Amino acid sequence: MLRLIVLRVLAAVPVMLIVAVIVFSLLRLSPGDPAAIIAGDTATPEAIAAIRSEMGLDQPLLVQFASWIGGVVTGDLGQSVLSRLPVTTLIFDRLEATLMLALSAIVLTVIVAVPLGAFAALRHNTLTDRLVMAFSVAGFSMPAFVVGYILMLLFAVQWQLLPVQGYVSVFDDPLTGLRHLVLPSITLALVFMALITRVTRSSLLEVLGQDFVRTARAKGNPAGRILWRHALPNSAVPIITVIGLGIAMLISGVVVTESVFNIPGIGRLTIDAILARDYPVVQGLMLFFAMIYVGINLLIDIAYLLIDPRIRY
Amino acid sequence: MNMNRRQALIMSASAMLMAATGRSAYAQTETGDAVIRFAPHAALRVLDPVATPAYITRNHSYLVYDTLYSLDSSFTPQPQMIGSHEVTDDGLEWTFILRDGLAFHDGAPVTAADVVPSITRWWQKDVVGLRLKEVTETLEAVDDKTFMFRLKEPFGAMIEAMARPSSRPLFVMPKRIADLDPSTMLEEVVGSGPYKFLADEFRPGASWAYARNEDYIPRDEPADGLAGGKVPRAARIEVIWFPSPDTAISALINNELDIIESVSPDGRSRFEGTDVKLVARASPTASTVRFNWSQAPFDDVRMRRAVQLVVSQIDYMDIVVGDPSAYETCPAYFGCGTPLETDAGYVEGSLDNVEEARALVAEAGYDGTPITIITPGDIASFSALAPMTQQVLEAIGIPSKIETMEWSAFLERRTRTTLPSEGGWNLAHAVFDLIDLISPLGNPNFDARGLDGYTGFVDDPETEALKSRYQAASTDDERFAIVEEMQERAYDQVFYIPLGTYAQYTALRPELSDFENAPIHVVYGLDKA
Repeated sequence: MLRLIVLRVLAAVPVMLIVAVIVFSLLRLSPGDPAAIIAGDTATPEAIAAIRSEMGLDQPLLVQFASWIGGVVTGDLGQSVLSRLPVTTLIFDRLEATLMLALSAIVLTVIVAVPLGAFAALRHNTLTDRLVMAFSVAGFSMPAFVVGYILMLLFAVQWQLLPVQGYVSVFDDPLTGLRHLVLPSITLALVFMALITRVTRSSLLEVLGQDFVRTARAKGNPAGRILWRHALPNSAVPIITVIGLGIAMLISGVVVTESVFNIPGIGRLTIDAILARDYPVVQGLMLFFAMIYVGINLLIDIAYLLIDPRIRY
Repeated sequence: MNMNRRQALIMSASAMLMAATGRSAYAQTETGDAVIRFAPHAALRVLDPVATPAYITRNHSYLVYDTLYSLDSSFTPQPQMIGSHEVTDDGLEWTFILRDGLAFHDGAPVTAADVVPSITRWWQKDVVGLRLKEVTETLEAVDDKTFMFRLKEPFGAMIEAMARPSSRPLFVMPKRIADLDPSTMLEEVVGSGPYKFLADEFRPGASWAYARNEDYIPRDEPADGLAGGKVPRAARIEVIWFPSPDTAISALINNELDIIESVSPDGRSRFEGTDVKLVARASPTASTVRFNWSQAPFDDVRMRRAVQLVVSQIDYMDIVVGDPSAYETCPAYFGCGTPLETDAGYVEGSLDNVEEARALVAEAGYDGTPITIITPGDIASFSALAPMTQQVLEAIGIPSKIETMEWSAFLERRTRTTLPSEGGWNLAHAVFDLIDLISPLGNPNFDARGLDGYTGFVDDPETEALKSRYQAASTDDERFAIVEEMQERAYDQVFYIPLGTYAQYTALRPELSDFENAPIHVVYGLDKA
């Protein structure tokens, strides 16, 4: 396993470098620049040019890239051109909110979606199965912002049961923190619930039709034991893959939910930095996301090894 | 008043204590422990008020820093950090004395040695400051509380420049910070204003907070616009930026917020049936059409006049705002309801003038090349302007295409002077807070320096000469006469076309008190029951 980890970490280096080059190039090719944002609405061309020069944006692209990547190698992701704060500080300040949101959404998803998918598989081709599938399609089709605003209007504004917005750390105030997480977690979880329900159902259906399940049934094992001890572990690989990638997608893709519920997380930081053309922050975030994907893929592979002894790398 | 010996002793002791601590009774008795939660119009990202004219940076700075002068509600400059000033009869020497009790947030007293570099850092970036710099021979600190300008020529607009609220007000900083090159963006926020910035709580683009400056000594006068006593009543101000206006409104209704700075006329309906108060902001929004003078066809004044003849403010306001109670037409280039309001030179546009406009277009020899209108797609106040202008142009036989982009790309594109086919533009819109327009020296629409000037690149040396006369004028009457000349010239040459002004609304929880509806949203005086 140690060999696997070392190999994966080494393989991540060229991936990160490619990400760095692509992100750097795309940002420089897109219209707009941070100097225009700083210079403001009443700026003259002269004022924008002066700011570009002060920021080093008039330097050749290769010089700018070399300067940035040199810092990255030494662990310095640079400084926001707008707020002057270190990029690492900005990212780590926002990480907790996004991680808590993503984790609560994924826990909620697993608790609801895996049993629901299993239930549908066991009642294959019945009305129950069709209802679960209908829920799954609806959940996948509803945009997060629609779900978010509906939940907000009902549970916060209308019935005043939960807060509308904001993030309170569960480490500072557990109860308030959890109350703030309920609506955004449900919003975020709905899409993944739909996905994981479907994957669980189809994966289980495949396993339930296999010989070892028939044998287990023939030996008189109860249905629950067959499901939990035999069928589910054998159908876990695709489910774990989807859950793992789901976590990565949640961390990098919570922009809409964070905006609707005004949660100051990584998603908001990303969109804000892109709109303001805050190059160092966007570049730092993209490297961070690439790292998350690499790390989660590694964890998924380790999970495969633990769950299915037949798998070897 | 009769007073016995004991009462006299108590009063004397109180006065001595007050003098010793440097605190006014006003400051001590008006403060509470409330926390105000405030949703601003934009996200704070840049902290240096000299580096950027962004409104949000300016508004943040009004909480943290103090100004030498400020405008009251009638747009008249009033002393703020200044105790008194003197000017010689020839208008060439100005001496200013700071008022007592000024101190920075780090405890150091504010001295003239801090004010001088604050001015010299500011005047390298601000358009009016640049004019003051050009006429200044020397600026020096005479003693701890006194500083003096010696000018090469009279500058009657001295106090106006120091009180100028937009877009780069003259804020006073400690010398060690103000000494930094204006090209170097400030990272440290230390002012002498009513609130202290809490750097540890700054989440750029998301939230930030302030704590009351317990040592702040407000002026004795009541708050009035941006002037008067800035009494920091609440213990803490938490500012939360909402990318979704709907979420902000829901949060206010749900009592998770105390105040929203800016609600559009459309947004008002969400508050029906709630106890939230709505107040029309003192500085309305002013939309404009801007031509690119550096490119055909709008390098020809006849083409600009043709458009001016058919642009009707009321038509635009009906489309952009809808509700007549929320907008007004305004012929005054320096704002309606301001001391410089005038209708001199006003040309009222209407579609009744289509034939006259078409004749002007023909006379200009316009070749029918479609013109390029650029517009930001992500800013609500711009959304209806470009389609409306396209219709107006079509009415007089000018075909056009609209190119939509996001805000930062729009800002950058609008400064280009190349042909539209090479990434330039012909027509764009600009939207201002009225407070931006009240100064003849600072109004960006009167920047007539051609390619070096504000977008549109108005090139009119006559206007620049009028501005020089304005800055030297010593009486209000003289200045007003020059303003009328400036406006007549602007209408004649069609610098831009004003499209009317409309209100944005501030939404407040009923528990809030002491709201000062200043042209710039200042929240330092707010308190909560």
